[in-house]
Amino acid sequence: MTNLEFTPLVFLISMTAGYLGALTGLGGGVVVTPALTLLLGVDIRYAIGASLVSVIATSSGAAAAYVREGFSNIRIGMFLEIATTLGALLGAFLSSRTPTSILAVIFGLVLLHAAWQSNRGHSERSTNALPDPLAARLKLNGTYPGDYGGDHGIEHYNVSNVKAGLGLMLGAGTISGLLGIGSGALKVIAMDQIMRIPFKVSTTTSNFMIGVTAAASAGIYLNRGYIEPGIAMPVMLGVLAGSMLGASQLIGARVRVLRRIFAIVVAVMAIEMIVSGVRGS
Amino acid sequence: MNTWNDERLERIISIVLRTGVILSAAIVFLGGACYLVRHGHELADYRVFRGAPEEYRSVRAIIHAMGPSNCRAIIQFGLLLLIATPIARVAFSLAGFALERDRAYVVITSIVLAVLIYSIAGQR
Repeated sequence: MTNLEFTPLVFLISMTAGYLGALTGLGGGVVVTPALTLLLGVDIRYAIGASLVSVIATSSGAAAAYVREGFSNIRIGMFLEIATTLGALLGAFLSSRTPTSILAVIFGLVLLHAAWQSNRGHSERSTNALPDPLAARLKLNGTYPGDYGGDHGIEHYNVSNVKAGLGLMLGAGTISGLLGIGSGALKVIAMDQIMRIPFKVSTTTSNFMIGVTAAASAGIYLNRGYIEPGIAMPVMLGVLAGSMLGASQLIGARVRVLRRIFAIVVAVMAIEMIVSGVRGS
Repeated sequence: MNTWNDERLERIISIVLRTGVILSAAIVFLGGACYLVRHGHELADYRVFRGAPEEYRSVRAIIHAMGPSNCRAIIQFGLLLLIATPIARVAFSLAGFALERDRAYVVITSIVLAVLIYSIAGQR
């Protein structure tokens, strides 16, 4: 295949991944790597390098909007980024020392979990969980615009289990650096379920943190030659275009059925990744 | 207390992120067009990992390789700008927390910034 054929093909695959990733909340990066390795036979290291770059683009683009709307909590994000960036460094170092067959298996397992997680939904609970004194000291407790809008709709929340959340974020960062993904699913679990932060604040703050987490492993990826301009270019542009399209259709679109279908597709890809990894070793 | 400054910081962060993404996407696009014009008929083979050439592997090498005849260096420069976007966000946050005289967050933000700078500029 020549570059004139390869580039548009990768662009289209990446755009589809970005579009579906935005509609389902899985993120485009986690889908583009299996698509490139399974469909085009691209080496997984090139795929995760390109995916990581696209993750920075989509996360930063979306975060620009969420921060302005007042959903993301920049203090929670900043504080937890200590753990995610250190984890990402560790993950990126481990990535180059891990055989690609094992990377494929881990990738498949993380993908399976993300697909399951995205379909599970979440339960709204009382936002005033037992506050952690550390959260008050770090000024993590905050407010966000509630359902009614305007000044009357401001909802207050407290943050619990700060240390446990920080520990889980170290793991989320490691997975992100190891596989070149945003690991948004793990970040949301840490904030929503462990630290008891409202779901909307958890998802938007997770998105806010993904770019910085990915930037921490990007330097190491670059140094190892994982970021190949010929692949990273169409992947980054494609995922960015697709996720912008997906985000613009998110409101009002019937995503429930699509989310189900896509979760099944992702699960199938995950299993194929695992099989290819096991065969490869 | 300091809500005015926090909101102002949020606005600045939003602008930094948006500008970084748009600018880097534009440069990657231009570099990509140049790359396809010059190298469109060459074979794309990424099945075996060789790693990107040495000239595209560090900030200094990429800036050194930049020029109208090296399209892949232009792409890589755009990607570098993209990687720098969240780093700039952290740097602006550091300045914001310093202006708010929030000592705890100045320390927290400095740690994150140090990790990021080590990753992108560290010698390995």
